[in-house]
Amino acid sequence: MDVATTFQVQELQARYAQALDDDRLEAWPDFFTDTCRYLVTTADNLAQGMPLGMIYATSRAMLRDRVRSLRDANVYEAQRYRHVIAPPVIEHGEGGVVRAQTSFMVARIMHTGETMMFVTGRYDDRIVLEGPDAPRFVEKVVVLDSRQIDTLLAIPI
Amino acid sequence: MMSARQWPAEGVTRIPYWVYSDRDLFEDEQARVFRGPTWNFLCLDAELPKPNTYRTSAVGAMPVVVTRDNEGKLNAFENRCAHRGSLLCINERGEARDIVCVYHNWSYDLAGNLTAVAFRKGMGGKGGMPADARPDENPPRKLKVETLCGLVFGTLDADAPPLETYLGPEIVKGIRRVMRAPVRVLGGYSQMLASNWKLYMENVKDSYHASLLHTFFTTFRLNRLSQKGGLVISEAGGNHISYSLAADTGGKEYEQAGMRAAQEGFGLEAPEVLHHVDEYGDGVGLQILSVFPTFVLQQTRNSLAVRRLVTHGLEKTELVWTIFGFTDDDEAMTERRLQQANLIGPAGYISMEDGAAPGFVQRGVNTAADILSVVEMGGRGIKSDDTRVTEASVRGFWTFYRAQMGL
Repeated sequence: MDVATTFQVQELQARYAQALDDDRLEAWPDFFTDTCRYLVTTADNLAQGMPLGMIYATSRAMLRDRVRSLRDANVYEAQRYRHVIAPPVIEHGEGGVVRAQTSFMVARIMHTGETMMFVTGRYDDRIVLEGPDAPRFVEKVVVLDSRQIDTLLAIPI
Repeated sequence: MMSARQWPAEGVTRIPYWVYSDRDLFEDEQARVFRGPTWNFLCLDAELPKPNTYRTSAVGAMPVVVTRDNEGKLNAFENRCAHRGSLLCINERGEARDIVCVYHNWSYDLAGNLTAVAFRKGMGGKGGMPADARPDENPPRKLKVETLCGLVFGTLDADAPPLETYLGPEIVKGIRRVMRAPVRVLGGYSQMLASNWKLYMENVKDSYHASLLHTFFTTFRLNRLSQKGGLVISEAGGNHISYSLAADTGGKEYEQAGMRAAQEGFGLEAPEVLHHVDEYGDGVGLQILSVFPTFVLQQTRNSLAVRRLVTHGLEKTELVWTIFGFTDDDEAMTERRLQQANLIGPAGYISMEDGAAPGFVQRGVNTAADILSVVEMGGRGIKSDDTRVTEASVRGFWTFYRAQMGL
């Protein structure tokens, strides 16, 4: 993969994680195209060919709804994430879209100070690199290595 | 050993907080509740689709194996080798004609009977077991298994009443209603809850908290249309159904309400996440059904799931979800179920808080063992009601619990 593309993808991933870790959830939907696919699922579901996710959205509007629900409706203890993202493995797709597979680890830091390894997994992304609003995620499938979540999953991964 | 605790004289309108923090009680529960004359949900029939398959499950804290044998018959037995007590199955699911313990290769048939002991007669005339040894003196305990509409239940107590008697006629009806066709599993996940198992079950049975803790619907003004509903409690108190009618039985009123709310700056931008069809034709949009001790069958619009608990410890409970549809679902219905799965699970718009609330109570009461919770919403009885602003099914849970525990 050429250096420019690699850099573009890494930059997008880094800024995506930074937005979540800095609690700028309102910026999160803008990392996606208008019609998109965001799915948080487990390696086990995927291996069994099962389509279920924990979070599933097919448009940026749905992502905005989730942010508003997290801000205004849902009750959960104050917490932050720290994403650590590995270098992506990138492959060319069709129509100016690249595929990237990226490992991540997310620590969760509770308001009490308790810090835990919350989830690990990989992003299976399709990213549009060209056009006025690029780069953005057309699709982000968050494949969690474990099917077990501690207590709840509020902030997106 | 039996806990020396005494239940308060007021009865089930008072819950002493030691029920969530007493270690001896936790051990007693394993014997009296989980290994007692109760029916425990093990898995869906559809999770064992073929002969010669197995999956692991649990009864309370006890690991169990559920199998479908060569003839298609379901069996369940303790996941413990008769020899040294090792787990027999270390994988969650698989195919097998027999179960072979990994430790010393002792073999079992799919009904849990010991069939072979490796090197029983030794090798070259040396070693092996004495001729009069009884290697199956302490075999894995077998469960009696019964299935209702694709739900597989097991009991370790030979004296347990038949499953349908245990459930009661209303609960059987509620199960038959939801499980209307052969099941297709859509996936699953689990949540580890930092609380006692009873706190989660109380949360499930507590219809009073629904609109108070879960503000998703009210924040987005999605339930301004009156939602009729009620509560059905089995005679002995242990099982329940809480239901409400969907405001959007025809789809349109709901959408229009949603759009009005959206125009006023509330509401969802993408309300299609909640698009619901009345697949049961009875207008019921929510039916939460529980069976003592730890089974939940959930219909939230078109989102269907079974939930079960594994009691890993006094304050450590795993909530295992299996989400399903039916084999006759078309693509649109499957997509609907997947969209509405946003309401449930660890990240669910509605269920998210239910993972945390039991932990909030656990943390609050750990140092309040001798203080009592007052549970008098909706009166003091455990009767069915046409309101959900009641704690009657919570009292029902404790009524049945006390009978099991002799408390």
